[in-house]
Amino acid sequence: MIELPKRFDEYEESRREGFIKIKELKDKGVNIVGTFCTYAPTELIYAAGAVPVSLCSGNQDIIAQAEVDLPENLCPLIKSSYGNAVTERCPFFYFSDLVVGETTCDGKKKMYELLKNIKDVHVMNLPQSQLNEHDFEYWKAELIKLRRVLEEKFNVEITDEKLRESIKTRNRERKILLEFYELGKLNPAPISGFDLNSAAEAVAFRFDREKAYEEIAMRTLELKEKYERELKGKKTNRPRILITGCPTVGVRKKVIDQIEELGADVVGFESCSGPKEMMELVDETMEPIDAIAKKYLNIHCSVMTPNPNRFKVLDEMIDDYQVDGVVEVILQACHTFNIESYNVKNYVANVKNKPYISIETDYSEFDLGQLKTRLNAFIEIL
Amino acid sequence: MYYVGIDIGSTASKVSVFDDQELIFNIVMPTGWNSVDTSNKIKEELDKNKIDLENAKVVATGYGRISVPYADKTITEITCHGKGAYYLAGKDMMTVVDIGGQDTKIINIENGRVTNFLMNDKCAAGTGRFLELMANTLGVTLEEMSYMALKGEDLNITSMCTVFAESEVISLIGSGAKREDIARGVINSIIGRITTLLNKQGIRGDVYLTGGLCELASFIQLLSEKIDRKVNTSSLARYAGSIGGALLAKNI
Ligand code: SF4
Ligand code: SF4
Repeated sequence: MIELPKRFDEYEESRREGFIKIKELKDKGVNIVGTFCTYAPTELIYAAGAVPVSLCSGNQDIIAQAEVDLPENLCPLIKSSYGNAVTERCPFFYFSDLVVGETTCDGKKKMYELLKNIKDVHVMNLPQSQLNEHDFEYWKAELIKLRRVLEEKFNVEITDEKLRESIKTRNRERKILLEFYELGKLNPAPISGFDLNSAAEAVAFRFDREKAYEEIAMRTLELKEKYERELKGKKTNRPRILITGCPTVGVRKKVIDQIEELGADVVGFESCSGPKEMMELVDETMEPIDAIAKKYLNIHCSVMTPNPNRFKVLDEMIDDYQVDGVVEVILQACHTFNIESYNVKNYVANVKNKPYISIETDYSEFDLGQLKTRLNAFIEIL
Repeated sequence: MYYVGIDIGSTASKVSVFDDQELIFNIVMPTGWNSVDTSNKIKEELDKNKIDLENAKVVATGYGRISVPYADKTITEITCHGKGAYYLAGKDMMTVVDIGGQDTKIINIENGRVTNFLMNDKCAAGTGRFLELMANTLGVTLEEMSYMALKGEDLNITSMCTVFAESEVISLIGSGAKREDIARGVINSIIGRITTLLNKQGIRGDVYLTGGLCELASFIQLLSEKIDRKVNTSSLARYAGSIGGALLAKNI
């Protein structure tokens, strides 16, 4: 019997609906694997017949409860995700059969230890660098281990055949989403950065995958037509902004929407909320596990040291998206992005000659006024 | 045609008016509790001085910029301060330090335009408010405190937090430390914060101080000793924001 949380009756209606929807899936026998990060190899999860769902949370209201167990001075994404999990308020976490985490930043990897008290959590050891041959071997061994863990958990065999299948599907999905994100290259942009980001991220919470991606592909087509019909050749005086840094879930309204309200267009995302994970596909000609290992290890997150690919991508994106200024979002207490911002600033300002600003913020509303002044002043410079 | 800049800061509000090319009017008044009241008072002042708003363009800036109903445009204090400081100093390449009641800003200017800025607005440490509170605790005015500091020996105030620093100062007084030394410690603590911000942002060209501390000669002397550079300023520098706003009103 799959049960609802103890305090289900006290939940507001939309939350109750969310729980009911996923419970229905569970009752039909769907296995759910919760993930926290772009490094989670979804191909393996699908090949095990399970569905991966993102557990990254952007809610402020749950943070105080998380701080009962966790230090205050911690990234809000970690606190919020943990809070959602322990208070049984997130249906995705609640109904996850397994959670897969990775040793990315210190905050996350230690938080997983606490999560293990309430869930079956498998933590993959992610190497800290991508450049050595043994980094690859190490990560590959972790993938083989995950394959075994999934097989045992769900009592299935993950054959190479199934893996190849799921690689193909995931690559197709990546291409669709990438094309959607690349609408931002059009000038003027046919869709706001806020809508682009929200729509793309919503896919991660859909269980009717095929339909969800079809809708995105349709929307891309429509917006391209709209551009050709109404926008092409038109000039706007709205500066074009690239977002970089920490995931934007939780600060989308506060930062992206705010920038656009102040008169600029957010056209690109060089962050986990953007096309970062979609730019490199899994090589369909290689051995499946090798191909998956290679693709995921190449992700250019600041948890890698050094992290040269991020600068290559910044270079390309600033040009391809015709960017006028770069805004780096740093979630409070995220050391890896915060320290790396020194190099990012130098690169953007001195090599690419574009204005750069970094803003350190959290999910609360208390810095809204100051944030607005900063962003506004930045846009006035452009 | 009049061009009016209104800078509603957290402690003081400043107004500057140009009659075409000429700067004819500057006033400062406390912001008080309610920025809307303040902006009404400013209107009365302008009326009294026969500056007809019918025949004027108004830019509002500062943290209360949205509370000026008769403004034609709002512009952030960063852009306005940059513009105003450039007007006052006339240097193509300069670094502006603005110490406000509630925040501290470092603004780089190149060819008369803001190219980069850094703001400390997370807490009161390193702001004018910090100095005011400490002067209160010592029972002197800001001017007196900064003058006293010149005669004191440095004494380390360890707390950055305004509330803790206040109790630290109280216990220093209690333990019989010389007030000149405490004053020096207080001023050095804020200068230390400003220096860190300056170094983080990078000093390019002349350093120019704006904001309410621009007339505190002893503060300016200690700051320039610490950063080992001349700190330029002028008695009009507290109006940098409103002057910049008025200049920008010409583009409306
Ligand atoms: S920013 Fe890095 S650690 Fe965070 S979700 Fe993205 S890849 Fe994972
Ligand atoms: S934003 Fe930074 S601190 Fe937060 S989870 Fe991601 S890498 Fe960790």
